[in-house]
Amino acid sequence: MATPQQVLKRGPKAVNKVSAWFLRFGLTILIMVIAFFFLYQGFLFLRAGNAPKWVMALAAIVWGVGGIAILYYIFNALVELLSVTWTRRLQPFVFVGPAIAMLLWFLALPTLRTFYLSLFGRNGPPSLPLTLLFTAPREYLTALSTQFVGLGNYIAVFTDRLMLGALRNNILFWIGIATPLTVIAGLLIAVLADRSKFERAAKSLIFMPMAISFVGASVIWNFIYEVNPPGTPQIGLLNAIVVALGGQSHGWTNYVDIAPWNNLFLVIIVVWLQAGYAMVLFSAAIKGIPEEIMEAARVDGASEIQIFFNIMVPQIQGTIIAVTTTIIIFTLKIFDVVWVMTGGQFGTDVIATQFYRQSFINRNSGFGSAIAIVLLVAVIPVMVYNLRQMKEQETFR
Amino acid sequence: MKTARTQKLSRAFLVNSILALIVLLWMIPVIGLFVSSFRQRFDIQTTPWWYIFPHRDWVATKTIDPRQAGLDANGPMTVEGVTATFEEMRAGVEVGNTRLIWIGNRRIGNIQIQKKQWTTTANLSLDNYRQILLQKDVVIKHADGTLETVRSDDFISALLNSLTVSVPATVIPILIAAFAAYGFAWMNFRGKRFWFTLVVALLVVPLQIALVPVLRDFAGLHINGTFLGIWLAHTGFGLPLATYLLYNYISSLPRETLESAFIDGASHFDVFRQLVLPLSVPALASFAIFQFLWVWNDYLVALVILGPDPNTRIVTVNLANIVGDRGQDWHLLTAGAFMSMIIPLIVFFLLQRYFVRGLLAGSVKG
Repeated sequence: MATPQQVLKRGPKAVNKVSAWFLRFGLTILIMVIAFFFLYQGFLFLRAGNAPKWVMALAAIVWGVGGIAILYYIFNALVELLSVTWTRRLQPFVFVGPAIAMLLWFLALPTLRTFYLSLFGRNGPPSLPLTLLFTAPREYLTALSTQFVGLGNYIAVFTDRLMLGALRNNILFWIGIATPLTVIAGLLIAVLADRSKFERAAKSLIFMPMAISFVGASVIWNFIYEVNPPGTPQIGLLNAIVVALGGQSHGWTNYVDIAPWNNLFLVIIVVWLQAGYAMVLFSAAIKGIPEEIMEAARVDGASEIQIFFNIMVPQIQGTIIAVTTTIIIFTLKIFDVVWVMTGGQFGTDVIATQFYRQSFINRNSGFGSAIAIVLLVAVIPVMVYNLRQMKEQETFR
Repeated sequence: MKTARTQKLSRAFLVNSILALIVLLWMIPVIGLFVSSFRQRFDIQTTPWWYIFPHRDWVATKTIDPRQAGLDANGPMTVEGVTATFEEMRAGVEVGNTRLIWIGNRRIGNIQIQKKQWTTTANLSLDNYRQILLQKDVVIKHADGTLETVRSDDFISALLNSLTVSVPATVIPILIAAFAAYGFAWMNFRGKRFWFTLVVALLVVPLQIALVPVLRDFAGLHINGTFLGIWLAHTGFGLPLATYLLYNYISSLPRETLESAFIDGASHFDVFRQLVLPLSVPALASFAIFQFLWVWNDYLVALVILGPDPNTRIVTVNLANIVGDRGQDWHLLTAGAFMSMIIPLIVFFLLQRYFVRGLLAGSVKG
């Protein structure tokens, strides 16, 4: 398509083309204005939110999904009206622009802003207009410095008693115990299922907890750990077993006498939830081991255990690392299970529950932000390693 | 001597039984929840759920009114050849297969003669579901004929809210990410490498880090506590993974197919809409399931952005509230937990193939 200028040079016949171009341009703008008007009306309607529930739900879905599609369509139509060169230059930004804008708004800039917040006290930097920095820089900086604490929050992260407990739990129980248990359980089930006729059904059922929310899982396990007064029947499975064996019933997750080992009862929940994930990845990896190698080992008289440790494990080493790192990342950020089960009490705090408490309950945004940054810094090396492993696997294509 | 065949069979038997044991271990928590959700409130609180299976328990065979029988509760009483005081009977006196137990207080109580026998307590109904689902007060008829009116927990609203949150929060990031993945894979522009590196780098950012700043922006835009706000948040948090996964898939589509379309004069938009989207359905489905389950099951983002407002409360928040306020109300918790699981479980079992494929592609949420 030609620009209006190019068209004008070509004489009277082109005039029609110019007017046609303007007509289309005008039409696109008109459609855009109408679309924006309706989208805005939809926004107001949804924000007011006083229609019946199902109407709202339906309107919200249509508005959200349809709105985005229309916006792409309009911007693309606008760009395609331009000259070939400009279309080629701008069209990529119609495609990737919205994604980049969202990423900047929701992840990239917040990371920088959280870091900035973490350098200030509990109320954060004073809310002064940024223009003051240019009109009265000295006052602006003085006001900032009153709230500025430098690395004070970071020192607190590593010295505060509750934070130390949270760090211990994350490292000892979640990375140190939950992660290997999940990996071992996943590997064991994958190996067993691989030799069973009921592979599909067994894998489906073990995998099922992945579809359950952490809140739902917490209810399920709270029920298992439920304690009734001594002498009455125990409705919690664990206490029923313990009492039947002659032991004493306890509320296991809040059993502070054995703290910090009461964390193990939370660990079990996460192993139950995540073993299915590990199993699926291991299962795919085991199927990728060439059958000849295994047969050769069997012919040579290797036992199944030797085959497992000397052939299988080295063959799927990459997957083991990928799964382990994925679960480490997950456990570093663990929140829901702990929050719903114990609220972080009884010595079960973790980094993410401390973050939540400091940011949204104690309203100490500086401290909370510092915890979030520490979490990020802890996740980065594991994630980089993980992405590299995943890329080597290339299982998707 | 064992033949190879019997050895093989016995090994298969061993493998299958260990596997069955693990599967059973994995399923018991869910089975317990499921069974309990149909039991009566009183039953759940006083007897374990496995009592619906036959078990040995004391069952009343005869009830004696001590006043009619001329017994004095202040001294030792002799019933059915057993002599015991009120206190002893209160705790239960066991003689062989029979137990005498005083039910109720000293003045108007009765003596029950119980025998240990096989029994079940299967008194199942949908009352719990009625109580959490209906949007009005629910009248529940007890076993003894009394009626009780209880307030509903309005899970229907919460389920609708969850759907309202989840569907756009799944489709919008897919749409945006698919456009972006196509742009990164098949278009040339300035700064492409930089922007793509940024997408991958943002995979590591835990969403916790973004919550406080995003919440401040939302307050400024007055969309705090609205569905729009949570869609935007889930879209932003889900995009790095979505773009990365879809890029891996879209960039590996056969070059010849796309090029022949361009030669025929198709624009990028046409190729994307008519060729790339249909060809990418497996990858789109993988991510869709992953994101849907993630959003549906999410608790933290909903808690922070939607808050406890009953009008926008989603199922996980609703359920967590019951855990917090009425942690002993197992009849509500079990039914509520099951309601919160039912849609993700349906999605999961129907589309498991795609979900597994997504996991194999490295679906790790930042």
